Amino acid sequence: MIATLTVAERQSAIALSMLVAFFGLIMMIAGSGDVLGVHGVIVLLFGLGFLGLVMSKYFEPEPPQERLTRYYDDPTKVGIVLSLGWAVVGMFFGVWVAALLAWPDLTLDAGWASFGRIRPVHTSGVIFGFGGNALIATSFHVLQRTTRARLPDQVTPWFVLIGYNLFCVIAASGYLMGVTQSKEYAEPEWYADLWLVVVWVTYFLLYLRTLQRRKEPHIYVANWYYMAFILVVAVLHIVNNLAVPISFGSAKSYSLFSGVQDAMTQWWYGHNAVAFFLTAGFLGMLYYYLPKRAGRPIFSYRLSIISFWGITFMYMWAGSHHLHYTALPQWVQTLGMTFSVVLLVPSWASAGNALATLNGAWDKVRDDATLRFMMVAAVFYGLSTFEGSFMAIRAVNSLSHYTDWTVGHVHAGALGWVAMITFGSLYALVPWMWKVERIYSPKLVEVHFWLALSGTIIYVFAMWNSGIIQGLMWRTYNDSGTLAFSFIESVVAMRPYYIARTVGGSLFLLGAIVAAYNVWMTIRMARLRGVTETGGTDEPVLPGAGAALQPGE
Amino acid sequence: MREFFHRKLERNAIGFVLAIILVSGIGGFVEIAPLFTIHETVEDAPDMRVYTPLELAGRNIYTREGCYACHSQMIRTLRDEVERYGPYSLAVESKYDHPMLWGSKRTGPDIARLGGKYSDAWHVAHLINPRDVVPQSVMPKYGWLMRNELKTDDLGKHLAAQRAVGVPYTDAMIANASADAYGQASPDSPYASGLSERYGEATNVRAFDGEPGRLTEMDAVVAYLQILGRLTDAAHRQAAAAGK
Ligand code: HEC
Ligand code: HEM
Repeated sequence: MIATLTVAERQSAIALSMLVAFFGLIMMIAGSGDVLGVHGVIVLLFGLGFLGLVMSKYFEPEPPQERLTRYYDDPTKVGIVLSLGWAVVGMFFGVWVAALLAWPDLTLDAGWASFGRIRPVHTSGVIFGFGGNALIATSFHVLQRTTRARLPDQVTPWFVLIGYNLFCVIAASGYLMGVTQSKEYAEPEWYADLWLVVVWVTYFLLYLRTLQRRKEPHIYVANWYYMAFILVVAVLHIVNNLAVPISFGSAKSYSLFSGVQDAMTQWWYGHNAVAFFLTAGFLGMLYYYLPKRAGRPIFSYRLSIISFWGITFMYMWAGSHHLHYTALPQWVQTLGMTFSVVLLVPSWASAGNALATLNGAWDKVRDDATLRFMMVAAVFYGLSTFEGSFMAIRAVNSLSHYTDWTVGHVHAGALGWVAMITFGSLYALVPWMWKVERIYSPKLVEVHFWLALSGTIIYVFAMWNSGIIQGLMWRTYNDSGTLAFSFIESVVAMRPYYIARTVGGSLFLLGAIVAAYNVWMTIRMARLRGVTETGGTDEPVLPGAGAALQPGE
Repeated sequence: MREFFHRKLERNAIGFVLAIILVSGIGGFVEIAPLFTIHETVEDAPDMRVYTPLELAGRNIYTREGCYACHSQMIRTLRDEVERYGPYSLAVESKYDHPMLWGSKRTGPDIARLGGKYSDAWHVAHLINPRDVVPQSVMPKYGWLMRNELKTDDLGKHLAAQRAVGVPYTDAMIANASADAYGQASPDSPYASGLSERYGEATNVRAFDGEPGRLTEMDAVVAYLQILGRLTDAAHRQAAAAGK
């Protein structure tokens, strides 16, 4: 891979690695005696590792000029592998966390292995590790294909991908050592946050630079979503993480905001992390890989416009539905509820657009597990957005909030939508990237599909049950007008569902392992066989301009 | 017409970027900015006090261990919650909480009004092994809190950073932070009196973990748990006024 860099690019890569190593050294010295110092060592080793890697190939011959006539896909390939690696790690931690709620002593007598520290390893591992890497990898692919432009250089995409993974490693190792701001999905501390800003701005500029080179006059729908994902996540991240460190030698900081303002900012962030990371980004995937795999154009261009701007505008109002009946002023709660309900319109427009695109290709859905992953993802997207709008209604929320119903809702979206669309897209993408006609084993894709679907259904049903039972037990009165159940009685009632969830989650994890194996074997197969050019399958979806999106046109 | 406009927008990357920023920016601005300017958002509570250094250290351990993932600190304005946990939470009660720990999941009960509910010894036993006290509990064990000495040397920096984000710590509080942390858990030491002077007579001064000589992370966590809901009486006053 390094041999494909020009000598000048190798030099920039060396300079960047040295810069990272240097920052690691500073962190190590300034933070000695603090966890910041440990992170300094990790950063230093990371920088030195890449320095060695580039140096070892430094004297290889220059790549031929002819490379510029092809898209640059090496970062996408590495991103796919990283994504699957994080999937297995993140979901393993998910199963462990799930098991701890049924068997609380299934762990070591050590801080790093306790529930509160490994839970964020799960959430960040799957959202940022698995989801984020898949988004970066597919965005590079989609961007080049839909603009018919090569990425502008060969160092920036590596900086984005590797820098992002450094952030993920710092985040996950930090949680195990007890470094956290406690803000959900924004747990990493100030220095990791600053680093992510650098990486993210570079990512955004890379996107823009490629768009400026495009040979297609119109920017394709998938790119609208990827752009919204990159831009809005940057804004959310910067505002929600404003904080004052206690010193530059310490990992600890205090959030700039407090109390009710902090709560509103956090859930404005938290809910829109769902909206722009877990929804917009993956809709970008959906809008490219689903039509591509089905061999059909997007059903309606007009629906795409409505749903895109609807989502971009309305989601940002919805965060306060996380704070119903709290000390947040009621007018903000009401705004949040109203927008959350109306949000169903653009959400269903997207889901409907995806499903209608499959019209005329249902036989493919039946036969092709990869396409079926994407179809089921669209269905779960529709279901969980419906559920979300419903749960945002104050009266419903009074029951569902604080219970497992929320967790069930999250995973209907996370497993059913995010993970399924990712697996579907990766299964479509892998053979193109490694230039083989098909994945190593379509049978294993089929096996994975059923593992994933059954795991999701078991998980979601278990949490619906436990959540609703919990909510009802907390608010049930007996005839004498006093509360009928003590809290611990509700804890005991959850146990069977927690066991069921662990089983469902294990099936889902098993599926992810099968996927990782299948992709690994595909890569090996490609290596052994040498390259067989498959020709035109990986060309842009749209032959002409965006206008060709509608079948009638 | 509209479609025509959009076709044009799609041809201009920078225009598209600006449109996204504008369209997505409105919601957050309208909902968040007024919370800083409308005075009624946070009630007045003249008796509201700040966390002592030991309580703040305990709060940081609470964060570090992820207790917030299972416990909320926000009692909603619903009858059953008020009857189960106490008067509903007011905004002013978390005015000095950078960040807030309202929580979003109740695997365990809400603990916004926990202070004074149990003895220190109960908390110590419960944190070392919850199942010794509540056999059916699924809460993790936190034995190392008793084993780890509390790090106090940088508490002054913690208070200074808190002041930078708006918590009214005085110079004297910052200068004496480490000694005050020690004093709060060692009632017989000379440091204890300075603490009461700075934070008020009502401050809990006890050997929270049952061992006066040693300052452990357990001391800090229990000191924090015992102050939950007791930084101000505002919520109880309001509940009493509403009851009349
Ligand atoms: C896995 C979820 C979980 C985590 C993490 C957790 N708890 Fe708990 N906690 C519970 C459950 C369940 C109960 C109810 C049963 C019991 O009393 O043990 C509980 C009860 C409590 C109680 C008693 C509350 C009452 O009013 O009776 C306190 C105090 C408490 N936890 C403190 C903590 C602290 C401090 C931490 C972090 C160091 C923590 N918990 C972490 C689940 C958790
Ligand atoms: C193997 C499959 C998985 C299992 C077993 C699993 C399990 C869990 C468990 C036990 C929790 C903690 C719930 C609690 O505190 O009560 C959790 C939380 C969470 N998980 Fe997963 N998970 C899995 C996959 C995923 C995936 C793929 C995603 C996202 C792409 C995801 C996103 C989340 C989020 C966002 C939360 C926080 C929910 C909240 O705070 O309400 N999970 N998961």
